[in-house]
Amino acid sequence: MKGLSNWISLRFPFQRIWRTHISEYYTPKNFNIWYFFGSLALFVLVNQIITGIWLTMYYTPTVAGAFDSIEYIMRDVNYGWLLRYLHSTGASAFFLVVYLHMFRSLLYGSYKSPREVVWILGMLLYTALMAEAFFGYLLPWGQMSFWGAQVITSLFGAVPFVGKSLMLFLRGDFNVADATLHRFFSLHVIAVPLFLCLLVWMHIIALHEVGSNNPDGLDINKLKDESGKPVDGIPFHPYYTVKNIWGLVVFLIVFLGIVFFFPTMGGYFLEHANFLPANPLSTPDHIAPVWYLTPFYSILRAVPDKLMGVCAMAGSIAILYALPWLDRSPVRSIRYRGIFSKIALSIFVISFVGLGYLGTINVTPLRQYLAQLFCVLYFAFFLLMPFYTRFEKTKPVPTRVT
Amino acid sequence: MAKDEVNQSRRRFLIAATSVLGGIGAAFTSVPFASSWWPSARAKAADAPVEADIGKLEPGQQMTIEWRGKPVWIIRRSDEMLQALARNEERLRDPESIVDQQPSYAKNLYRSIKPEILVLIGVCTHLGCSPKYRPDIGGLGKDWPGGFYCPCHGSTFDMSGRVFKGVPAPLNMEVPPYHFVKNDVIVIGVDNVTQG
Amino acid sequence: MLGKLLLQGALLFVLVTASFASGGSELPLKHADINLHDQARLQRGAKLFMNYCAGCHSLKYMRYNQMAVGIGLVDDDNKLDQSLLIQNLIFTNAKPASSILSAIDIKASQQWFGVEPPDLSLIARQRGADWLFTYLTTFYRDDDRPLGSNNWLSQDVAMPNVLANLQGEQVAVMGVKKIPWDGGTKDIEYIKHLQILKVGEMSEQEFNSAINDVVNFLVYVGEPVQLQRKSIGYGVLLFLLLLAGVTFMLKREYWRDIK
Repeated sequence: MKGLSNWISLRFPFQRIWRTHISEYYTPKNFNIWYFFGSLALFVLVNQIITGIWLTMYYTPTVAGAFDSIEYIMRDVNYGWLLRYLHSTGASAFFLVVYLHMFRSLLYGSYKSPREVVWILGMLLYTALMAEAFFGYLLPWGQMSFWGAQVITSLFGAVPFVGKSLMLFLRGDFNVADATLHRFFSLHVIAVPLFLCLLVWMHIIALHEVGSNNPDGLDINKLKDESGKPVDGIPFHPYYTVKNIWGLVVFLIVFLGIVFFFPTMGGYFLEHANFLPANPLSTPDHIAPVWYLTPFYSILRAVPDKLMGVCAMAGSIAILYALPWLDRSPVRSIRYRGIFSKIALSIFVISFVGLGYLGTINVTPLRQYLAQLFCVLYFAFFLLMPFYTRFEKTKPVPTRVT
Repeated sequence: MAKDEVNQSRRRFLIAATSVLGGIGAAFTSVPFASSWWPSARAKAADAPVEADIGKLEPGQQMTIEWRGKPVWIIRRSDEMLQALARNEERLRDPESIVDQQPSYAKNLYRSIKPEILVLIGVCTHLGCSPKYRPDIGGLGKDWPGGFYCPCHGSTFDMSGRVFKGVPAPLNMEVPPYHFVKNDVIVIGVDNVTQG
Repeated sequence: MLGKLLLQGALLFVLVTASFASGGSELPLKHADINLHDQARLQRGAKLFMNYCAGCHSLKYMRYNQMAVGIGLVDDDNKLDQSLLIQNLIFTNAKPASSILSAIDIKASQQWFGVEPPDLSLIARQRGADWLFTYLTTFYRDDDRPLGSNNWLSQDVAMPNVLANLQGEQVAVMGVKKIPWDGGTKDIEYIKHLQILKVGEMSEQEFNSAINDVVNFLVYVGEPVQLQRKSIGYGVLLFLLLLAGVTFMLKREYWRDIK
């Protein structure tokens, strides 16, 4: 056994990889509940890929066959319903986990130097994930699938001069049709997942190069013992492997609880109107994207101009990329920041959730006003960040983790 | 981190318990994925018996119908063909049809219910190609008694679908379950037992 | 701690915003009693469906034999009882494994009703049980409509009142209300409530319970696997609780090292 493993090690560095990334990757010992969501996101990705491979075996990507093939999966394929619910609930779980993972970065300043590249790669992952979700949502070819794709592709019509041609180019037909469904299918099952896997790998490599942040936001490598190991660090394996396994089981209780007992989540995970096959001649009475995209949908609706609305929506995502350079605070963690940062983050969370909620319901004048207010607050959080983070009084950061 | 305080046997036990439970969980998880590969309700619904009218079938003539997506041959054998069957026996691998490749009511010299009507699944027992019907005596060399020839790997079968010696196919061709509902109407896919 | 605070803030906020979100339809939905364990009710619902609905509406994603097993048309070995199925529920020349299709001619139906009667396999998942129950009990006589009937919940619906002989003759009792209009007010007519003038084959209570059974059946048809899904779910959760216990003990054992 030892001989074989040495023989392979001379030719493939699996022992070195194991040591660098698992058994001798030193991690701060004070991770709290917010640090579960990275590994959970990885698990959900694997779930999506495996169930996706299986669903592709039974799904038909044509206008004539798509809706029928979903019901074929739900009723005729053995355990097809379970494969589909795992995938559809997985999509929502993915966003939930990723949002919590990103919020952790905001809380503890994980995007700050030297982790800017980790943040940028993470943002690329998030953007690709939204594209993946959007492409996938067309595939069941229900009413919501169709009209969602119709609305989002129409956004490109707002581009000055080339908008109309761009729309035609993206759809491959005069309307969302067979050609659109085929290309979305290909992008959803091959192109974007490959890109996601590449990005996940780079995200982890970049993280392990600079080391993990922690709730105190301090650098554990500054204080090492005589053998050169960080005093406040512990090897990822076995400590965080066993911890994350336990976290995974708790997550599974919630996740499978939803899969087996509330797979539609009252219309939030699988929308009611999507049980009706797509009809290009009739829009459903109430149309809204799935919950994880509603904050941005709300921003789009809040701006009373087509082009500006699209710009605001794109800007609301783009501005997240600039976060590492907007934050001028001398400390990372919220624990040692001043009152302004704390208020700003609270307002941001309320605005984001508020926009998300408003995106699921119909517009009234009052709600429109509220959405506009949240929209301004959302952008203010980022645009004022260089000022309120620089001029507030911070608390001293301890030398050891707490 | 004093090593001597560590309760190694407790750790080993907990690792073993987690592994065993995790393994059980993984095994259960694989069930939906694996069972989805078995035929779906739609495939089963399409798996219905098929009826064939053989009234117009001349002696020596072959007709092919589809059952479970496979070719099923019905051949009305002539008297010469039936008489020739007994003469092949020394050259056959399983002349008595001992291997279970036919329903019990077709385990006879003719491998059929009525001697002249042969019903066979037209699939070679070697690697699943569909053999050609070659009733022409001497057509495949001077001692060819008439039968079936598989173009893929050269396996040969006699006019009862019994495999010759010295070819790659190991077994006689399969006889599907079938019965006559009328003299000239045959149902393939069900034995002649009353359905409960 | 801060996270918790934020969460509470967000929750409070959602509640406040939710109070702005006032209700949609004017007619409050009646509550349908759904119980998929009650096979007698499912069978009665299936029978009513086959008699009154299946002429026009298909259940194309449902197979007769799957349905029969689901609603309990089984023999002592829990296998499909084919003769029970064929005698009671198959009125066409369909085979037990076929999909439940209607006998209606699509072209003709478009001529009669102006629309093609929709397939009802997923109607319960799309509309919900309460909507269906309310819809099916609120047909009333309306001589202005081409087929002589209208529906309170879904005004000017193309579907005729096929249940009239069971329910009897139901009419709308109209009221008048003033709405602000052009500086002054204007009178408009509206439906105050529905009333049965002439009793049909069933009393009101019998009728409601019969319709409830049809709705119950349609909820089953919407997702035939739902009972099995839940029963597997209990097993899975039980197993995971056990696994959570063991993995927690494992985690705690290793984390004793960390000071």
